[in-house]
Amino acid sequence: MAEYKLQTPLSDEDVSKLKAGDIVYLSGTLYTARDAAHKRLVDLILNGEPLPFDLQGAVIYYVGPTPPKPGEVIGSAGPTTSYRMDSYAPILIEHGLKGMIGKGKRNQDVKEACKKHKAVYFGAVGGAGALLAKRIKDAKVIAYPELGPEAVREIVVEDFPVVVVNDIYGNDLYEEGRKLWAKQ
Amino acid sequence: MRRVHYKDIVKAIRDTIIYSTTHLSEDMHKALQEALEKEESIVAKAVLEQLLENAEIAASEEKPLCQDTGLAIFFVKVGSDVQIEGGTLKEAIYEGTRRGYEEGYLRASTCDCFTRANLKDEVGYNLPPIIYFDLVEGDKIEIEFAAKGGGSENGSRATVLAPAQGKEGILNFVKQVVSDAGPNVCPPIVVGVGVGGSFDYAAVMSKHALFRDVGTPNPDPELDAFEKEIQEELNKLGIGAMGMGGTQTVLAVHIETYQPGRMCHIASLPVAVNIQCHSSRHAHITI
Repeated sequence: MAEYKLQTPLSDEDVSKLKAGDIVYLSGTLYTARDAAHKRLVDLILNGEPLPFDLQGAVIYYVGPTPPKPGEVIGSAGPTTSYRMDSYAPILIEHGLKGMIGKGKRNQDVKEACKKHKAVYFGAVGGAGALLAKRIKDAKVIAYPELGPEAVREIVVEDFPVVVVNDIYGNDLYEEGRKLWAKQ
Repeated sequence: MRRVHYKDIVKAIRDTIIYSTTHLSEDMHKALQEALEKEESIVAKAVLEQLLENAEIAASEEKPLCQDTGLAIFFVKVGSDVQIEGGTLKEAIYEGTRRGYEEGYLRASTCDCFTRANLKDEVGYNLPPIIYFDLVEGDKIEIEFAAKGGGSENGSRATVLAPAQGKEGILNFVKQVVSDAGPNVCPPIVVGVGVGGSFDYAAVMSKHALFRDVGTPNPDPELDAFEKEIQEELNKLGIGAMGMGGTQTVLAVHIETYQPGRMCHIASLPVAVNIQCHSSRHAHITI
C-alpha cells in the first residue's frame, strides 16, 4: 500500500498509479453533490446543456454538510453512502469525472466505468465529519442552493485523507479486505 | 400530582440534542478504544484512530460528530402523577427538537418521501420527530433520545421466521443482514435485535435495544450468552472498521424481547435487526 499526495483536477496519469488500498491526500478543488444534484447534472448532460462546473478531471465528494456556525467555512462534512449515486455516476465518468469520494460499496456498472474511462472511487471515513471538515479551507455554493445541504458546493481542500476503494484495474478494497480477515 | 412546565421540557430536549450530537457518549468511546486495542488490521486501526480523533475535535469545537445528525427518535415514559403546564408533552418534544437542531447548527434531514422536498419550512426544522409514548407509574418523565443516521438505517431489515427456525434462524438472519450491509452502515456497529412481539413491534424493539449502553449485560442470562455468540459470529465476517477489512466489525449485539414473558404469537417468530453506526448518539433525560 502506497501513499500519495495529489492535486485536483486529476489526470489519467494520476489515477493510473493508484491501487485499491492506497492512501491519498487530496488538495485542490472538489465538488459536492448527492442524489438530487446528481439527477440534475445527468439531466443537463442528456439535454446537451452546460454543467455548473468543469467535469474534466474533476473529483466529486458525496456529502451533505451540517450548516456552518458563524465564522466557520463549513459544518461537519463526512461522506454519505455512495450506492445512491450509482445510477448517475457512469455517465459522469464517461464525460470526464476522474474521482468520487464517499463510503460504501459501488455496483458493477460504476466499477466497469472506472476501468473503461480511468476513474477512481475513494473512501473517506464515515462519521468523521468534524475531523474531515478541518481539511476543508473554503466552500461556496455554486448551484442548486434550494437543495440546502444537497446543493452543489465548490470546496477547497488541503491534504484531504481518502483511501482508494475501486481502482482502474478492477480491484475492490472492500472485497479484498474482507477476504483477508474473514474466518470461515 | 407533580407539575412540570412545558418550557423546562423544551429546554432539556434542546440541550440534550446539541450535547449528544457533538459529544461521543462514554460507552461508545470506551467501546471504540477497546476495538482499537483488539484490532489486528493496520488499515482498520487507522480508521478507529481517526474516529477517536474525530470525537475529540467534535467535543472541543462543539461540531457535530457526523454530518448526518439523523432523525430525532424519542422513547418517552410518562408517569401518571405528572401534569404538564403551558402545552402538551408532544408539543414540547417538537419544539425542543426544532430548537436543538436549528440552534445547534445540526442538519435538517427530514423530507417528503415522494417529492423528496426538505420539510424544514413546511413542517419545521428537522421535524417531525419519531416518538414512542408509554404510560407508567410515578411522577417522572423519562426521555430517551437518539439522533439516528440514514446510512445505518438503510441496512436494517425485518422478517418473520417460522418458529422451528429458532435461535439458529435468528443467528442466520442477523448474519445475513450484517453481511449484506458490509461497509455501507459505517462499522464498527452496534446491532439491535428485536425478537418476538409482532411484525411491527419487533422493529420497535430492535431500535430501542440500541439505547442500552454498550458494555451493559442483558438482564436475561440466556439472551446475554446469545448476544455474545452472535457478536463472535459476526466478527468472523472480516468486514472491519468502515468495511476495509478487520476483526472488529461489531461492538455489541443487543437483544430485546416483548415483556412480560418474551411473548410472541404461537405461529410466528418475528425478528428485526436495526443497525447502529459507530456514531451512536443516544442520551437519557429524567424530568
